[in-house]
Amino acid sequence: MNKPKVCVLLAAGINRDYDAVYAFEKAGADVERVHINTLASRRKTLKEYQILMLPGGFSFGDDIASGKVLANKLKYKVLDQVLEFISDGKLVFGVCNGFQIMAKLGLLPGFDGNYKNRLATLTFNDSGKFEDRWVYLKINSDSNCIFTKGINDLLYVPVCHGEGKFVVKDEGVLDKVCSNQQVVVEYVDAEGDFAGYPFNPNGSVQNIAGICDETGRIFGMMPHPEDFIRMTHHPRWTRKDISGDGSGLKLFKNAVEYARENFLLA
Amino acid sequence: MIWRIEVGFKPGVIDSLGESVKKSIVEDLRIDIDSVRTIDVYTIKAALDEEQAKKIAIELLTDPIIQVSSCGRTIAKNFSKIIEVGYKPGVTDNVGKTAVEGIEDLLNVELKEGESVHTSRLYLINGQIGDEDAKRVCTGLLANPIIEHYSIWDEQSWLARKREDEKYFMDTGSREPRVAEVNLDVDDKELMRISTEGVLSLNLEEMRQIRDYFKDSKILKERKRVGLGDKPTDVELEMLAQTWSEHCKHKIFNALIDYEEDGKKEKIDSLFKSYIKRATEDINKDWLVSVFEDNAGIISFNEDYNLVFKVETHNHPSALDPYGGALTGIVGVNRDPMGTGLGANLIFNTDVFCFGPPDFSYEELPSKVLHPKRIFKGVRKGVEHGGNKMGIPTVNGAIVFDEAYVYNPLVYCGTGGMMPKKILGRESHIKTVEPDDLIIMIGGRIGKDGIHGATFSSTKLEETTSPTAVQIGAPIVQKKMMDALLETRDKGLFNAITDNGAGGLSSSVGEMAEFCGGCVVDLEKPLTKYLGLDPWELWVSESQERMTLAVPPDKIDDFMEVCEKWDVEATVIGEFQPSGKIHVKYKGRTVLYLNIDFVHEGVLQLKLKATWKPPGLALPDFSQPDDLAPTLKKILSSLNVCSKEWVIRQYDHEVQGSSVVKPLVGKVNDGPSDAAVIKPLPDREEGVVISNGINPKFGEIDTYWMAASVIDESIRNCVAVGADSEHIAILDNFCWGNPILSDDNPDGDFKLAQLVRAAQGCYYAAVGLGVPFISGKDSFHNEYQVGDKTISIPPTLLISAMGVIKDTEKAITMDVKQEGDLVYILGITRKELGGSHYLMTKGLAGGYVPTLDVEVARRLYNSLHGAIMEGIVSSCHDCSEGGFGLAAAESSFAGGLGMDIDLKLVPVEEALRDDAVLFSESNSRFIVTVSPEKKVAFENHMKGSIFAEIGKVRADDDFKVVGKDGKFVIDANIYDLKEAWQKPLRW
Repeated sequence: MNKPKVCVLLAAGINRDYDAVYAFEKAGADVERVHINTLASRRKTLKEYQILMLPGGFSFGDDIASGKVLANKLKYKVLDQVLEFISDGKLVFGVCNGFQIMAKLGLLPGFDGNYKNRLATLTFNDSGKFEDRWVYLKINSDSNCIFTKGINDLLYVPVCHGEGKFVVKDEGVLDKVCSNQQVVVEYVDAEGDFAGYPFNPNGSVQNIAGICDETGRIFGMMPHPEDFIRMTHHPRWTRKDISGDGSGLKLFKNAVEYARENFLLA
Repeated sequence: MIWRIEVGFKPGVIDSLGESVKKSIVEDLRIDIDSVRTIDVYTIKAALDEEQAKKIAIELLTDPIIQVSSCGRTIAKNFSKIIEVGYKPGVTDNVGKTAVEGIEDLLNVELKEGESVHTSRLYLINGQIGDEDAKRVCTGLLANPIIEHYSIWDEQSWLARKREDEKYFMDTGSREPRVAEVNLDVDDKELMRISTEGVLSLNLEEMRQIRDYFKDSKILKERKRVGLGDKPTDVELEMLAQTWSEHCKHKIFNALIDYEEDGKKEKIDSLFKSYIKRATEDINKDWLVSVFEDNAGIISFNEDYNLVFKVETHNHPSALDPYGGALTGIVGVNRDPMGTGLGANLIFNTDVFCFGPPDFSYEELPSKVLHPKRIFKGVRKGVEHGGNKMGIPTVNGAIVFDEAYVYNPLVYCGTGGMMPKKILGRESHIKTVEPDDLIIMIGGRIGKDGIHGATFSSTKLEETTSPTAVQIGAPIVQKKMMDALLETRDKGLFNAITDNGAGGLSSSVGEMAEFCGGCVVDLEKPLTKYLGLDPWELWVSESQERMTLAVPPDKIDDFMEVCEKWDVEATVIGEFQPSGKIHVKYKGRTVLYLNIDFVHEGVLQLKLKATWKPPGLALPDFSQPDDLAPTLKKILSSLNVCSKEWVIRQYDHEVQGSSVVKPLVGKVNDGPSDAAVIKPLPDREEGVVISNGINPKFGEIDTYWMAASVIDESIRNCVAVGADSEHIAILDNFCWGNPILSDDNPDGDFKLAQLVRAAQGCYYAAVGLGVPFISGKDSFHNEYQVGDKTISIPPTLLISAMGVIKDTEKAITMDVKQEGDLVYILGITRKELGGSHYLMTKGLAGGYVPTLDVEVARRLYNSLHGAIMEGIVSSCHDCSEGGFGLAAAESSFAGGLGMDIDLKLVPVEEALRDDAVLFSESNSRFIVTVSPEKKVAFENHMKGSIFAEIGKVRADDDFKVVGKDGKFVIDANIYDLKEAWQKPLRW
């Protein structure tokens, strides 16, 4: 009843699909894993869904560049569906490889409703290494991002990537992303201050960990909120009196809530 | 037409690969250069016009935000030396393959047979570097001449050179595949020549037996009917060699052994049956589901799911090409759980390595041996790519450094899986093959890579070893195959599945044919990487990422549909038939026709001799230092003990969202966890616990107690985080030298005796602790021949443990939690300094190795488990390398709080010096902290076991240990201790 439908996109090498499925199910959605080839052949279309999730992984091995080959597949095989999905006011969420794909496709930053313009990318970490570590994220309270609404504390979630350094085409793009309040999450230390490596694990410009489009409905980030859903995901749960759900769950709940209010109740 | 596209970074963009190459050149090779930049090169051989090539460069290969590219002309300029490195033709080029797919999407075309993309990389070096040093950069760091080509230029010669792009591509030629017959009706010397030169690794008796089979008149009559004669074809001989190899048949573990110890003689009929399998039978746990039968062992997890676990070694290939060897090792062992029962989904990886010391002298290294640091970095990267790209969390591991592994590094790769007990009503651990089921090969294609892996691993490495067994894995090919297989499994579209590992199709199809009693295969049907493969190569090639399945004819269309969706290649290559024969044809002609019984049962039992010589046990005499803090720091800094964070963080241990106890724990996520806990079913309480035990230092003295000790270590690691001590299964992995006595191997009987003692120690500890073996593996011939000198590894036994914790929320970690908590030591400390890190850091050897009292240990583990489940234990850390002193220090600095310890309170068997109390590595001990209000409850739980309260957690940073005479023997700051522990491998 009144469960929004989520399409979790699959392709060769996508591997955090079940993590995303669980997070969205826990948030109250109906979730389906749908292969890019199924969308390309129109055996299923994005029309059925209200949320499109581009999960983490190494699509096509991240060969050539992370997310590049899957971004091209989307561009040449299903771009019309994706653009229609966006213009219908629906939600797109990309995490890690998903964010890389969105940037390389041009969905983000998506200035002025142009979702085909490549203005930013994600490239090799300054450390030259893949790294798995938990990071603190400050939420920009001035952002209109649907996913992070109502989260006032720092988010604490893992990053697991080798190509997570956010880079923009030029200063003008950076200024516009910032002044438009499209920067949603930034890497900080436990006190909420910018603190360099390893708190900023990849050397992203201005500590940017994730951005949304101008509508707040299209959102990509490198860290993995879907991997902090339950209390025992936390690296120090045996030390602290923490309880209840992991703080990553809220992002998925926000999305589900928005989809329910805007597409199901109406 | 060939197009060359170069892609480099825009000025100002950090080239992190270039930076890290520069670091290695300066730090490892000690060549003082200024900078390294990199350029990726894509050489495209395809019928494309210039416009298309440019489109590919811009829209596929170049990131316009940070990169520039050029189609045709070079963008390399302003350098002292340029080095180009790329794979040789025929070696798997994953990026090249992906580029082909990208091109097809972009241009909406399909590349034809023979059209492909080759990738290479340019390294632009600036600084003072001569030709000799540039060559050293290639051979010592950037290129592996076995599988990669390289060339070196300066700026002038680079610009003036004539490109030879065609060289990058395979010349498949027009050679017709052929089948040869081999005449075995020859003398013994000639038989052995055939075996040795053909890398068949068959001994004389086996060669004679094969010869006699083909002489049998009844056999000959049957062969004539299918067009074969009295000589085996090369396809037949190769299949027998693969199937009968040590790698596949474990002939040494199943040998009849004349064993002599202290003048007593005994006959042992199979170490495997007598000690390993019998241990499991004697323990007889009701949660065992399938042991020693399938590609991996299976145990029950909860009422709905089973767990599957297998650990393999990939030593020889990793010595030749560390990256490819380890990558193939990890994706290879993935296929064991995938190919067990009806196939498991993969839930964790665990990896254990043994390397030479990273600071080993370059001068002492034989010419063909790669430097230990290079092996370490290459293996680590291979495991990273294999595990991370497959989306399997790497949750646990260990690294052992010893000079003995310089020539023969050991690479153990393990994978665990989970499967529903029933799939569509059918028991998932049971395979069946029905007559007329179709034989399907799925996943990768067949190439010449990886031919003779099984027989190659059954010989020692030599300076002249040929590299045919080296392969580069393709994790994404395997990942999508696995995704497709899980979907077809859950739809009930196949009856049986197994992996193509050692021996390739000959082994996988051969094994499955046993289920229904025969098969017919058409060898021209499997897809190949290129033309020109002979039938015997198709049959035994170990090309990666392939599985073999039995699919009922009425389900084949549905099966293929799922494969198509996932872009997975699958081909029908034959069918199963209860004919009693393995029948292989190539283009209609029979090339192999063998009785299935002869293939599988024909191999003779080896008869071997083993003689045990007891070790000298005298403990060297040395005085105790007054201040033991420097000793503690030295042990913390020893390579085996020190932090492996640099490695751990490059593995994804979060993927699948199952993590509960991570590899790094504590106040700032950097303490060494004893074992991993994962929760593969997010809505269930149960978890899986993974740990390991390994200690070759003990084996140098006595392999019996080494085996017992590493089993105990793996179990106490599991118990320390909360595993149910009565629900832990173990795997054995023996890596040894050559234990067969011969003129060339004069101490073979002693090496075999070491194996006998290890197997006996395994039986004793496993039965006593109630932990059954469910699967295992052995790797002999870990030897290296330099001139006339054979260098063998020390006997090395890895025990991998997989346990169950009923409620993951009850798991605990090793870091101290709260000031004022009471510190306990559990278990008794003995004068067991043999093989200890304490002696090692002193450069001493000798003494007694730790023994094991299984009854005492098991009682302790059960009591401790009860206490952990009651929630009355704040932290628990097992005492292993470095003893109790090291464990206490680690718990303390991981928790960010100091500790007071009084050594006179520690239970000991006899009067011991303070250094022995701190650093003896006696088994079955833990350091535990408990909050004062839980003291009584905890002590009640532990009644019946030896334990003592020996100190308190402090509020500050001081780690203070008082010796027996009341004076401080250690007074150190925990952050200094932590720095000593973290520094050595912070690369």
